[in-house]
Amino acid sequence: MSKDKWKKKYSKRKERDINFSNLSKIKINPLYTPDDNEDFDYDKDLNYPGEYPYTRGVQPTMYRGRLWTMRQFSGFGTPKDTNTRYKYLLKHGQTGLSVAFDFPTLYGKDSDDPLAQGEVGKCGVAIDTLRDMEILFDGIPLEKISTSMTINPPAAMLLAMYIVVGEKQGVPKDVLTGTIQNDMLKEYQAQKTWIYPPEPSMRIITDILKYCSENVPKWNTISISGYHIREAGSTALQELAFTLANGFTYVDYGIKSGLPVDTFAPRLSFFFNSHLDFFEEIAKYRAARRIWAKLMKDKYHAQNPKSYLVRFHTQTAGCSLTAQQPENNIIRTAFQGLAAVLGGTQSLHTNSMDETYALPTEKAVKIALRTQQLIAYETGVPNTIDPLGGSYYVEALTDELEKLTLEYFDKIETLGGVVPAIEKGFFQREISRSAYEYQKALEKKEKYHVGINIFEEEENVEIELLKIPEEVEIDQKKSLNKVKEERNNSKVKETLIKLREAAENRENLMPRILDCVREYATLGEMCETLKEVFGIYKEPIIF
Amino acid sequence: MNKKIRILIGKPGLDGHDRGAKVIAAALRDAGFEVIYTGLHQLSESIVEAAIQEDVDIIGLSILSGAHMTIFPKILELLKQKNAEHIIVIGGGIIPEEDIKKLLKMGVKRIFTPGAPTNDIVDYIKSIIR
Repeated sequence: MSKDKWKKKYSKRKERDINFSNLSKIKINPLYTPDDNEDFDYDKDLNYPGEYPYTRGVQPTMYRGRLWTMRQFSGFGTPKDTNTRYKYLLKHGQTGLSVAFDFPTLYGKDSDDPLAQGEVGKCGVAIDTLRDMEILFDGIPLEKISTSMTINPPAAMLLAMYIVVGEKQGVPKDVLTGTIQNDMLKEYQAQKTWIYPPEPSMRIITDILKYCSENVPKWNTISISGYHIREAGSTALQELAFTLANGFTYVDYGIKSGLPVDTFAPRLSFFFNSHLDFFEEIAKYRAARRIWAKLMKDKYHAQNPKSYLVRFHTQTAGCSLTAQQPENNIIRTAFQGLAAVLGGTQSLHTNSMDETYALPTEKAVKIALRTQQLIAYETGVPNTIDPLGGSYYVEALTDELEKLTLEYFDKIETLGGVVPAIEKGFFQREISRSAYEYQKALEKKEKYHVGINIFEEEENVEIELLKIPEEVEIDQKKSLNKVKEERNNSKVKETLIKLREAAENRENLMPRILDCVREYATLGEMCETLKEVFGIYKEPIIF
Repeated sequence: MNKKIRILIGKPGLDGHDRGAKVIAAALRDAGFEVIYTGLHQLSESIVEAAIQEDVDIIGLSILSGAHMTIFPKILELLKQKNAEHIIVIGGGIIPEEDIKKLLKMGVKRIFTPGAPTNDIVDYIKSIIR
């Protein structure tokens, strides 16, 4: 039967009355055929896994060699509380750690800061000094585990604390494996955790790139994150385009600071969201790999193939979870986790069903971990590499997302690049607009969200929740005070002065921060010291 | 004469999750409200200060950081101290049912949780301000 004949038959029948488009507002055809991939060239567009342009995956073996790392983001209360949760997760088969810090820590503030009131230990674990970090990793051998830390403006300080905990465990720096998020650009665009203005933030980041390339060679120095851009309301396309644009900006700054591209680019990693539209997400990961590889080769002339790789972590979409009928979140998360695996993720966090209410309980987080284990051990999906490669639909979507991403790059270029575009509020406006349009689309029922605007129920949600006792804040302040009493305060002062001088003199900050950390200077003291030199950021208010 | 309803949307504390606050601010603006959005990282004191200065009818606080049991009572207390108890306080965010009950008892007028349609919020505010 010819395509025309099918088309004729199709057009005579009725379609369901819904909007057949994905979340990037790309119109979806009823059928994809070889006509949709006319210039398709296997070697050029896909090639083999582990081969340029890496569309099918970054390793030759993918999950047949090793499964993705199951890494649940976790942290709450005091360092001791979180240490207990980590041991629980490791016991249940988790293969890497991922630290969630509380808001004061994320902003480089101590637990006794006035703005920290009510927030200590709530959204993550509170870390004030090296002492807290020693407790957090007590009994966890750092040479055996890789640790991801979601930390941005104070990334240098937390990395320094981790290095010193390693020293105390007898683990040398060059053995440590893990990741700091350290992606300030998306903070200004979406996640909004900032201290200093963009330029000094970029300087701290390049200091870290340089220090790690020489001293902590297995550490992933930046996790270039689309996750938060998406959570703040962007489309999949915007997530892809903005994240990669940010990534290339770090490369630009690294090169500008005098580092040869291949000394730091292999340690850049990525972090993406996995949202509701299944195939769109898979195409997004595939497109990300291809675009990055092409530009790293053609534009930045990287020689080391490791510089071409988009190695990425995925987290399922927190913003897609519903407070209504919370058990449905288990299913939602399973689909999203599956999309990430089909997209070739290197590690995965699956959200828990109760996270629109509070941080997850042990039970909820275990179901989320089991969801990954079901994908890994029951579905057969990891048996073959990039099983959707060659799908007319997925290839067409991958091409389309690549094309539209390059158009966004041009737009950002005309604004003078990522940093000037942030200062002009470009990303913030784009993301706010998409968030608002999505909300409107839900309310007009152009898009559906089960339990929200379709199949709603009157219900009394009864669900067990994790509670963070108010004593956490009191206890944390007490232990902070104790550290301050016990440490050598004149030495702390000395190291802080040296840190300040390094900031003024454009010396690499990392060795100075390590000195402060070893003397148990607090996170707040270090960040305040740098603030005196770098100033603070004020955001343009856009809604 | 229909006076425009004036609302201040506040993001207290260190919480950077501003998607909800901004969507609500835009929806209320489109519904004809006078919207003042504080931006991020506000002390409770500055939110109350701004609300009084801007002579708003209502304050909407967005809290997704778990600090709601500290911040809502503080705002209510500050309003009382400044003789501005006529300003209604509502909120939204990641707030468990059990805490919602306590907050309502303290004097918060209403808490909206994730998934609340913006139209409901608009209608609700109109119904209590008129």
